[in-house]
This record gives sequence, C-alpha cells and structure tokens, in this order.
Amino acid sequence: MLEVRGLAAGYGENAVLFDVSFDVPEGSLTVIVGANAAGKTTTCRAISGEIETRGGTIRFGGEQIEREPSNRRVERGLVQIPEGRRLFPFMTVEENLLLGSYAHRARAARQEALDEVFTLLPRVAERRRQLAGSLSGGEQSMVAIGRGLMARPRLLVMDEPTLGLAPIFVERTFEIVAEIRKHGVTVLLVEQNVKRALSLCDRAYVLEHGQVVMQGAGEQLLGDEGLRRAYLGM
Amino acid sequence: MTFQLFVQLLAAGVLLGGVYALISIGLTLIFGVMRIVNFAHGEFLMVGMYLSYYLVTAAHMNPYLALIVVAPGLYLFGLLVEMTVIKPTVGQSDVVQVFATVGLSIVLQAAALMAFSANVMGLNLPITNALLHLGWLTIGVPQVLAFVAAMLVAAALFAFLGRTDVGRAIRATAQDRSAAALMGIDVPAIYRLTFALGTAMTGLAGALLMPIYSVSPDVGTQFVLVAFVVVVLGGMGSVSGALVGGLLIGIVETFSGFVIDPQWKAAIYFIIFLIVLVVRPAGLFGIRGSEETAS
Repeated sequence: MLEVRGLAAGYGENAVLFDVSFDVPEGSLTVIVGANAAGKTTTCRAISGEIETRGGTIRFGGEQIEREPSNRRVERGLVQIPEGRRLFPFMTVEENLLLGSYAHRARAARQEALDEVFTLLPRVAERRRQLAGSLSGGEQSMVAIGRGLMARPRLLVMDEPTLGLAPIFVERTFEIVAEIRKHGVTVLLVEQNVKRALSLCDRAYVLEHGQVVMQGAGEQLLGDEGLRRAYLGM
Repeated sequence: MTFQLFVQLLAAGVLLGGVYALISIGLTLIFGVMRIVNFAHGEFLMVGMYLSYYLVTAAHMNPYLALIVVAPGLYLFGLLVEMTVIKPTVGQSDVVQVFATVGLSIVLQAAALMAFSANVMGLNLPITNALLHLGWLTIGVPQVLAFVAAMLVAAALFAFLGRTDVGRAIRATAQDRSAAALMGIDVPAIYRLTFALGTAMTGLAGALLMPIYSVSPDVGTQFVLVAFVVVVLGGMGSVSGALVGGLLIGIVETFSGFVIDPQWKAAIYFIIFLIVLVVRPAGLFGIRGSEETAS
C-alpha cells in the first residue's frame, strides 16, 4: 500500500534522511523504531507532505505522491496523527473530531465515523464539549487518535502516539492500535517503545542516522542480539 | 452632563463603534489566520468607499443597494491582491510582509489620486441627511443603517466561522496551520479565502461609511489607526474581541470628542493603546501566546 524508496529529506542545511526504503503492505501493522534524532518524525512528515522530499519516491496505492500537497494525500486516505498530537486547543473535542473528517472522502460518513469513535473511545465521548486544550495529555492523545480515525484512513500513520504518556495510557494506546487494525485499517506506527511495538507488529524497520539499518518480522527483531543490546538494554 | 446628553452620546458612540468593529474584524481575521499585518487595510476601505461613491453618483444606485455590488467586488479585489502581492510573502520574514503591504498602501493611494484627484467627495442625498427621532433622542438614519448592517455582517461571520466546515477550517488554520494541512485542509486556499473575506468586510464598512463621511485618496489613514487600536484592544486575531473593541473605541471617541475635543481623538487612541499594552498585552479577548501557536 505504501512504498518508500530511497527517501531523502532534511531541514535547511541539515540532511536528516539519506536513503530510507520500506514497505507497508495492505492490512499490515508496520513499525518503525529508532533512537531520538534517527529521522522517524522526518520520515512521517515527508510521507504526509508537511516537508518536501529531496530525493526518492513515495508511492501510495501504486501512485507516486511525493510532490502532492498534504490535503491531496489525505483525500487519498493517507492520514497522519502527528507527533505531539497537535490538537486545535481552542476548539472543543467535538470540533476537533469534525475537522478530522474535513476531507471530502470522509464527510459523507461523518456521523457513522463519529459513532464509531465514541464507541471505541468512550472517554472522548464524555469530553466532547470541552476545549481540547483543557484535557490531560492522555485524553488528548485519545482525541488525536479519534480525529485520525474520523478521516476514514486507508493507511493511518501514527508518529509516537505514546510519547510522554502515563503507563496506563501507553497500554491503552497499544490496545487501541490493535483494535484499529482489526477494523481493517493499515497502520504505520512509529515508536520509541521498542519492545511493545515489535511484539505487536507484522514487520519492523530500524532507523538509524537517516537510514534503515535493520528490518524483519517483529518477533525476529525482538530476538536479535544486536538490536536488543542497542535499543532494549537487555 | 445631563442624562439625555449622556444617552445621546452613548448612542452615537455605539453606532460609530459598530462600523469601527466591521473595519477591525477584517484586519484581525487576516492577522489571526495568516499572521500578516496588513498595512494596506485602510486603503481597502478607501477602495470600498470610492466604489460605493461611483455606484451612487454615476450609476445612480441607492447607497445601500450598492452594498451588494461592493461586497463581491471587494472580495474579488482581495483575491487578486492575495494572489499577486500577499501570497509570495507568506512564510517570509516580517520585514518582507511589512514592505509588501506598506508598498501596496502607497500604490493604492497614488492610483486613487490619479484616478479620482485629491478632492474630498461626499454624497448628498435625502437619505444621508435623514434623522430618526426616538422621543428626545435624535440619531442619523445612515448611522443606524451602518450599525445594523455591520452587526448583521458580524453575526453572519460568526455563524460561518462557528458552524460550517470551511469556517472551522479557517479557525483550525489560525490555530495550527500544519495540523490543519494534516486534516486535508488546503491551507493556501484558506489563506486566499480569508484575505478576500477580510477585504470584502472592509469594503462593506467603506460603503456603509460613504453616506456618513466623505472620501479622498488618504481617507484610509484616518481609519486604519482606529482599526489597529481596536485589534490590539480586543486581542490580535480575536473576532469577538474586535467587535467589543470597536464598540468601546466608538464610545470613547464620542465622549472624549465632546468632553475634551474631537481634535484629540488620535491622542486618546494612543493613550488607550499604551494602557492596553501595559495592562493586558494579549488584549481583552486574546489568550496570551495564542498568536504564536501557528508557527
């Protein structure tokens, strides 16, 4: 569904990604792990179109999209939950969710999507009239996931959804990811929580200094001696 | 000061403030969404006034019927300006934006001077001189109509921003433009729309002022100062702040004009401006730091 080949990107004079290639097959849960500053978020931003690529190709559903503006990619069903949630703080939870279904492809099924989100995330339903900025970090992350689902994603890119969350919300986030996947949504999950992410996924890529240095099935990487030492400290 | 006089001044101030609010809403909307301080804002008002003036004098339209031509006309004018002058400056340094909009202001004033001469022109129609008597209270009909129209336009804008998908997209873009893009919002299109909308509202304010004031190429400079004071008072980027701020400034101006001297109104604006900056830098309705969220 998503094929990234030789992706290069950066900011100003800093090159962050040099040669990133990976695949996210339809229906899969694919994970990208890596240390801080390995280029995980830059990869996500290049996929969503927030930054321009400097080389390589991004194909979604077989079509080349790396020159398309962000909004066109969302219309294709390529949806991202950005790092740090990025909710609209001075709007209510419900308004944030409605904005999630701004894309034309999602508007028709808006009510249905809203019901689904409230069923999956009852806590979000309780908070619907509150300003998003007034919620706790854990609640905000639930709203961000709900907002992403409102877009009716074919591929949901989640950039470090557990960053800075209390353990209970970390656990809940992984449960929700598994649930989303069961609903047939393809997921690309970027995580620092390496152990948990690897045990959940079909396939994983390890990013280091802007390059993919290791890849394989989640279980296989979990058993890898070098990776365990480098990232899990075991 | 007698009670009657007080009410008379208050009414005049509120009516004037309604138009100030409309002028300021366009400015604050454009700033809130695009982070552009539009120094050509007063000239947009001037363009609206001239358009209205000629629709009335040359095309013999009723000055209030002319609104339905001025609004779309200025909307298109705003689109044109956004695409040619503003768009290339988005994301550039503040200095570039200041030069672009100050330059635009000079160009528009010079163009108006060449096209319409420096003469001060006003409308003199039965309706521009009509008075409304409510018991002992006497107010001008054009003032009432301007106020009512301004409030209707403001209410329509509130409904649009609050209840429609595009309105929500405008607010989302103001709060976080990169997150907005991730929602599938076409941010450059929202910028175009917002700028054109802000321009149209300012043009409407100009057309509503035409029966009350007279127009000359530099008329914008008289009003743009008020608009900036109102926007800072209300909170930069806050539409409701501009509404309340506009009414407050209208009232202050009317009372200070009576009690002190109308000549001193610019000084009064500046004093208010300074007090707000010292006491409440984010403005009455502004949230401190909220103008920085869309980095």
